[in-house]
Amino acid sequence: MRHGKYPFVIGFLFAPVTLYVVFVIAPYAQAFQISMTNWRGLSAPQWVGFDNYRRLLDDGAFWKAVQHHGVLLLALPLITIAIALFFAFLLNVGGKSSGGQRQGVWGAKFYRVVFFFPQVLAVAIIAVLFQMVYRPNESGLINGVLMKLGFDPVLFLVRPNLALWSIIAVLVWQAVGFYVVLFSAGMASIPGEIYEAAEMDGATKVTLFFRVTLPLLWDTLQVAWVYLGIAAFDAFAIVAVLSVDGGGPDGATTVLAMEIYRNAFVYSKYGYASAMGVALFFLTLTFAALTLRLSKRESVEY
Amino acid sequence: MSITPEHPAALDRRTVLRRAAAVGMLATPAIGLLSACATSGGDEENEQVAGGTKSATNPLGVKDDAPIEVVIFNGGYGEKYATDVHEPLYKKAFPKAEIKHQSTQAISTILQPRFASGKPPEFVNNSGEKLMDFGALVADGQLQDLTELWDAPSVDDPAKKVRDTVVPGTIEAGSFNGKPYVLYYVSTVFGIWYSGKLFKDNGWAPAKTWDEFITLLTAIKAKGITPYGYAGANAAYYQWNVILTQAAKIGGVEVLKNIDNLEDGAWKQDAVKQAATAWAEVGSKFIDKSFEGLKHTDVQLRQNQYKVGLYPSGDWLEGEQKKDTPSGFEYQLMPVPSLTASDKLPATALRATAGEGYFVSAKSANPKGGLEYMRQMLSKAGAKGFTEVVKAPTVVTAGSEGFAFPPGVASSQAALKAAGQDVFNLYFDGWYKELDTEARTATNELMFGRINADAYLERIQKRADAIKKDSSVAKFKR
Repeated sequence: MRHGKYPFVIGFLFAPVTLYVVFVIAPYAQAFQISMTNWRGLSAPQWVGFDNYRRLLDDGAFWKAVQHHGVLLLALPLITIAIALFFAFLLNVGGKSSGGQRQGVWGAKFYRVVFFFPQVLAVAIIAVLFQMVYRPNESGLINGVLMKLGFDPVLFLVRPNLALWSIIAVLVWQAVGFYVVLFSAGMASIPGEIYEAAEMDGATKVTLFFRVTLPLLWDTLQVAWVYLGIAAFDAFAIVAVLSVDGGGPDGATTVLAMEIYRNAFVYSKYGYASAMGVALFFLTLTFAALTLRLSKRESVEY
Repeated sequence: MSITPEHPAALDRRTVLRRAAAVGMLATPAIGLLSACATSGGDEENEQVAGGTKSATNPLGVKDDAPIEVVIFNGGYGEKYATDVHEPLYKKAFPKAEIKHQSTQAISTILQPRFASGKPPEFVNNSGEKLMDFGALVADGQLQDLTELWDAPSVDDPAKKVRDTVVPGTIEAGSFNGKPYVLYYVSTVFGIWYSGKLFKDNGWAPAKTWDEFITLLTAIKAKGITPYGYAGANAAYYQWNVILTQAAKIGGVEVLKNIDNLEDGAWKQDAVKQAATAWAEVGSKFIDKSFEGLKHTDVQLRQNQYKVGLYPSGDWLEGEQKKDTPSGFEYQLMPVPSLTASDKLPATALRATAGEGYFVSAKSANPKGGLEYMRQMLSKAGAKGFTEVVKAPTVVTAGSEGFAFPPGVASSQAALKAAGQDVFNLYFDGWYKELDTEARTATNELMFGRINADAYLERIQKRADAIKKDSSVAKFKR
């Protein structure tokens, strides 16, 4: 038996590893290579060493994008997780208990489906949808109502200090549904006896949430944080379709992927765009490693 | 096992796959091999077909049975003019040649890999939002020099060269550092558009001087209509076009030439400053702030609904809005008004150019066929057919004869005629995409009141200087 083990294992691994190397690893590696050239996408690239990276250091648009990722990195997971936890708590344990079984609020099953809707829509469709919602005149969903009531329209995507938050709101709206479901699954696996015991000791709903649900959900929260963090490094589709003037006004909503796209496909600077891509790669990697390291904590066994 | 090929060109796809598979198994990093994947363009080239015999009907010496591939941008002009007019003309001249037709809305998506792999199609209509960067194509030697075409005898009159059958400026518009590479086929006139009906109903007249212009804007505003507008979300270049047109009228054509040539301080010339200051004032008083968040189609629609008075654009506007224009709207063009009495150019002066670019790939199999296709396009029959299908005038002077244009294009053609020799153009946006982006962003900042004219010119000049210093960007002069 032992004799035939390696051919057997290799036989199984061969196809997937080959596909992975050709279609995932090789393009990644090639991005590193292209980032050292001034390739314009047509003829053979010229080697320029670290020139592109040096240029990144004093590229205002690049740093603006990095800064926005910083904002996204804090705001997106915090807001999304807070809202999703609140909803999941209401949907699963927020209601009355009947027959010793914790219940969600009335109509929980219906809400669960509704919350999941945005997740089903393609990102580009969501962006187009919110173009209508945010439209700055009487044909916009929000401003139409505001103007009917006699208020001035709010220029959501146009005012530089409001634009990024308008975009974040869309990202949160889109993400919440998924995390409600994720947290619901986590909460469902918390044994009912723990809640019962806590309630008998006189715990309120707030205490229940902070002293029982939250600690027992820690692993799930950690996963959510990493996912949302990685999502915060993307945001390309929403920004590209929704924002004014491609990441505007004046770069107020730009993200790295937007700058990569612009440099590669508008300016034909594939080498420079690849350098940005490599920077993004390391940023994402650092974030994931840091988060997993920092949030390491004994998980409660039950 | 050596997996670094001496000549990447010698690799065929099977060897690449086989070696990649080997790499996968051995998990050996092989960067050298990777260079054979995406970036090998230009190393392997098409074998070009030999030329045919030159004759009176075949002055370029096209091989009469060599196939030709035509790629058309399926946008505002559609593809019908190619399939119904130009391709049949080529087929008639060379019955044995096979024509492969393809159309797309995303030129670069389809063609980038074709160029990278060294097998581009012969003839390309490079246009639309996803057009390929002409500057980069020229710098990489991908485009066929069109000198031979312009010097060839025309289809209709062998005594006349092709270059003498088109409107002046056509060849220059498609030239890079003095060499013609691109055929711009559609005659385009830029100006400020209004509804003939709206103006007649209210007794307004198009403005020639700046005072008249401000009076007109004030009168429109008094009617409860937004006097002037452009779309900040995606069409800010419509507005920098107006500002630079104004600058050219104040200071003469040299002003634009300096900008195109990236001369030091070109954006800070006094004429540009005067123009920016004047238009910033229009922005602060006469534009609806919400327009910064709208797309060009939104603002154009509002004009069709008589909610916007004046809108800057090129004369494709009428065709683009055909579906939404109410009957009797009657598009009319007014040239950008004079700013001062001492302007170098008269009030009738305007920006006009040839638009909609076509090129022949130098590295395709049959570039001569591509040139011949262009010669057929530039024949009287080719131009007339195009105008009849898309209702737009071409650069072929004899092509629009006797054709009744709709009111908007008729008015822009009349304005072009009135301008006489005072017609100018600018090129920097096609040569340096980064400068175009910066000008768009800065123009929104200026027109919607976040910066003043000085800061506006300062930041665009800064970007122009950076591009001038950037050795990786190919430079052009005119």
